[in-house]
Amino acid sequence: MRQLCKGNVAVIKGAVLAGCRAYYGYPITPASEIAEAAALYLPEVGGTFVQAESETASINMVYGASAAGIRVMSASSGPGLSLMQEGISYLAGAELPCVLVDVMRGGPGLGNIAPEQSDYFAMVKGGGHGNYRNLVLAPASVQEMADLTILAFELADKYRNPAIVLTDGFVGQMMEPLDLEYRVIVAPEKPWAVQGTAETRKNMVSSIFLETDDLEEHQRRMEAKYIRAQQLETRCEQYRTDDADVVVVGFGIISRVLRSAVDEARQQGIKAGLFRPITLWPFPSKELAKTALHVQKILVVELSNGQMLEDVRLTINGKRPVEFYGRVGGNVPSVEELFAKIEEQVAVSA
Amino acid sequence: MAEQMILEEAKVTTDNYEVVHSKSKLFYPEYERKTDLKHQTHYCPGCGHGVTHKLIAEALEDLKVQDQTILVSPVGCSVFAYYYFDVGNVQVAHGRAPAAATGLKRACPDKIVIAYQGDGDLAAIGTAEIVHAANRGEKIAVFFVNNAIYGMTGGQMAPTTLVGQRSTTSPWGRRPINEGFPLHMCELLASLEAPVYIERVALSDNKNIMKARRAIRKALELQRDGAGFTFVEILSPCPTIWGKDPVDARKWVAEKMIPNFPLNVFRDRKIEVPNNNIPPRKTIAELVEGERKAGGDESVPHRHHRFSNLGIKVAGFGGQGVLLLGQLLAEMGMREGLEVSWLPSYGPEMRSGSAHCHVRLSKQRVGSPLVSRPDILIAMNEFSLRKFAAQVPPDGTILYARERLPEDFVAPLAQVICVPAAEIADKIGSPKVANIVIMGALLEETECLSSATAMKVLEAKVKNPTLLELDRKALDAGRVYIDHTVAVGAVTQADGFAQ
Repeated sequence: MRQLCKGNVAVIKGAVLAGCRAYYGYPITPASEIAEAAALYLPEVGGTFVQAESETASINMVYGASAAGIRVMSASSGPGLSLMQEGISYLAGAELPCVLVDVMRGGPGLGNIAPEQSDYFAMVKGGGHGNYRNLVLAPASVQEMADLTILAFELADKYRNPAIVLTDGFVGQMMEPLDLEYRVIVAPEKPWAVQGTAETRKNMVSSIFLETDDLEEHQRRMEAKYIRAQQLETRCEQYRTDDADVVVVGFGIISRVLRSAVDEARQQGIKAGLFRPITLWPFPSKELAKTALHVQKILVVELSNGQMLEDVRLTINGKRPVEFYGRVGGNVPSVEELFAKIEEQVAVSA
Repeated sequence: MAEQMILEEAKVTTDNYEVVHSKSKLFYPEYERKTDLKHQTHYCPGCGHGVTHKLIAEALEDLKVQDQTILVSPVGCSVFAYYYFDVGNVQVAHGRAPAAATGLKRACPDKIVIAYQGDGDLAAIGTAEIVHAANRGEKIAVFFVNNAIYGMTGGQMAPTTLVGQRSTTSPWGRRPINEGFPLHMCELLASLEAPVYIERVALSDNKNIMKARRAIRKALELQRDGAGFTFVEILSPCPTIWGKDPVDARKWVAEKMIPNFPLNVFRDRKIEVPNNNIPPRKTIAELVEGERKAGGDESVPHRHHRFSNLGIKVAGFGGQGVLLLGQLLAEMGMREGLEVSWLPSYGPEMRSGSAHCHVRLSKQRVGSPLVSRPDILIAMNEFSLRKFAAQVPPDGTILYARERLPEDFVAPLAQVICVPAAEIADKIGSPKVANIVIMGALLEETECLSSATAMKVLEAKVKNPTLLELDRKALDAGRVYIDHTVAVGAVTQADGFAQ
C-alpha cells in the first residue's frame, strides 16, 4: 500500500526494515526529521535512539555500536558531517560498517538551509584523513530514500565500510508515495564484532597499525575491496539516452528537474537524454563512457560550482566536450531554465 | 618499578627468565600484539598505568567477568591497553571513549564496558563526551588516569597540569593568566545528578594503592549490578616526563598532586531513575507500511483526470494551513491512482513568515517536484498573490482567498477566482478551515480531484468528530460559493450561502 511520506521519514522506515536498531544523532535543518522519526520509531521496535551532545559524539557512538556488530546509523547536514569526518575516517580505518545520511544544505560555513550538492567532494572524495573511500548513494525520490538506505546497510556490511546516503534539502523535505512492504532482511554474520562474549573475546576493533609494513598491508587490503566495489557496485539510471545527441548528467534533485527538461527538449525535437548516477562512489564510469560514445555533447548540472563534474571529465577523458551549469546558494533551477541550457548546447554544436 | 613488578609476576616461560609469581589471567600470557619484547609492557618503569592495569585485571578476574568485558582503549600512552587485557577490545579516537562506550553498552546492555582514559584524552579533547555520558548515566565504568601531563606526545601541558608545573608547552610553568587552572573532573562530574559513584584515589604509596584497588573493584561491581555511571580518577606517576625516578615520582604524587586534587568519595549513592512513558511496541510491518487508517485503502482510479500533469502552488502566511492543504491534495491524488509530489518551502521561522508548497499531480512519474509555472495558484493572502500571480500561464487558474483583487493589482491573463475563504470559514464556526473552503472551491471549479476523495482523506486525518464536521461544512461551502456566485460571473454573495 502506498503511503504519502516525507523523504527524511522514509530513511528511517527503510532503516528499520533493514534491521537498523540504533540511531545516534544531533538535530540540524534540513535533516532533523530523520532524528525525529528515529526517536519515535526505533524504541517502538526495541531499538535505541540517543540524541548526542554533538555530531562528534554521535559518530563515535555509531563507532561503538558498529563495533558491537549491530546495524547503526546517523544523519545530519553539511556542518554536522564536517564534525563527523574524524569519526568517519576511524570507522573506515577500523573497517566498521555504518550508514550516514547527509541532507545537504547551502555552505560553506553556516551557509543556509536551502538545498545544495556542495558536499560532493567531502563525502565522495573523502573529507577525513587518510586513504579511504565512502560508499555513496544518491537518492532522487522519497522511494529511493528508503530503498537506498536499505542498500546502504547491505553495502556497508558487505564491504565493512561507512556508506553515505547523499541527498539534499528538497528530497529530504518533500513528500511522495512510498511503497514499502515488510520483508525479512538478514544482516550477515559479523564474527569480527566485539560483543562481550566468550566467542568474541579475542576480537579487537582498531585502526592503529604502528608498524609501517602493517599499515601498508592494511591499506592494500582496503584498496582491494574498493576495487571490488568499483567492479560490482556501480549503479545508474539512463533516460532516453539511446539515441541522444546531448546527454545531461545530474544526481539527486537535479536529475528530477533534468528529466522534465529532457521531456521538454524531446517535444521540441531535440534529442536529449539523462544520465543519473545512483552511486556517486563508485562512480558509474563504465556506463557513462559507453553512453558517451554515441553522443555529441555532455552537460553536467549540479547545485554546486562543479564537483561531480570532475568525475565526469575524468570518465570522458577529453573524448567529448563536457559543459557545466551550476546553481548555488540554495537556488534550484526550473525546468525552463535547464531546457534553455540544453537548447544552448545544441545551438552551439549545430 | 611497575615494569619490574610485572616482570616478576609474569607467568610466561621463555628462555630468558623464569616464572616467579603469576600475573592475573586477565592478561594475555604473552603480549602477541606487540612487535617485540612480548613479555613486558611498553610502559616506563614506575608508570602508574602498569599498576592501574593490574588492579583492573585482578578485579575483573575476581568478578569472573572476563568473557563479558569490553575494554575501550583511548589515545595516549594507554592507547595499547589492548596489548595486555585478554577481553574484548575496542580502540577509539582521542577523547571519544565515553561516546564509543555508550554505543557499545547500549548494544550490549548486560556486558561490562570500561572506558580507560588519560587526562588529555578525558579532560581536554573529550570534555564534552565525558560530561554527557556521565549526565546520561551511561552504565559504564570510566577509569581516569591523571598524571598532570601529556606523556605519549612528550610532555606537553595537560588540563590537569598544576599551577607552576613546567611542561614543553608551559615552559615557564603553568600560568593561570594564560592557561587557566587545573581541571577537577571528579568535582565537576559530582555536580551532575546521574552518576552513582565518583572517587579520586592515588598511586602514591601502598596504602593508597589498596584504596585504589577497592575503588576500581567497586566501580566494576556496581556496573555488574546495573547501577549506573561510575568514575574513578587515579592520580598517577609519570617518572619519565616528570624527570624523576620512580620513588621520587610517587612522592611527587603524594606531596604535589594530592593537595591539589584531594582524595575523596565524591558520590556514592543509589539513584532511582524514573522509567515512565515506556514507548508502545509495534511490529516492523506496522511501522514501515504505515497505519491502515479509516478509509485508508487506496481507491482505484475512479474518474478520468483531464490533465496529464498538473502543477499547483499553494501560498500564504504560516498558520493558514497552506502546507496542509498541499499535503491533502497530494494525498488525494495518490488515492486516485496518480503520481504525486509535495514540496514545501521550509525556513527557520515557523510562525508569521510566509509559506508555500508545490504540488504535482501526474499520470506519469513526476519529474521536477518544483512548480515554477503553476497551472493553479492558490493565494491565501495578498502577498502571495503579488509574488506568484505572474508565474501562472494564461490558461491557468488563480484562486485568491479574498472577496476581490486589490484595486491597484493588474489582472493577469489567467483566470482569477476570488473566494472570501476566511469570512466563509468564520461563518461556519472556525477561521481555521479557510484552507478547506478554498479546497472545496478548487475541486468544484477545476474538477482536478473528487470531493469524495477529499472527504475520505479528511476522515482518515481528522480524528476529532467536531473538527471533521467543520471540515465537511467548509468543503461544501467552498463548492456552493463557486456554484452560486462565481458561476454567474460576479462576486456578489460574499457569504457563500445566499440563494
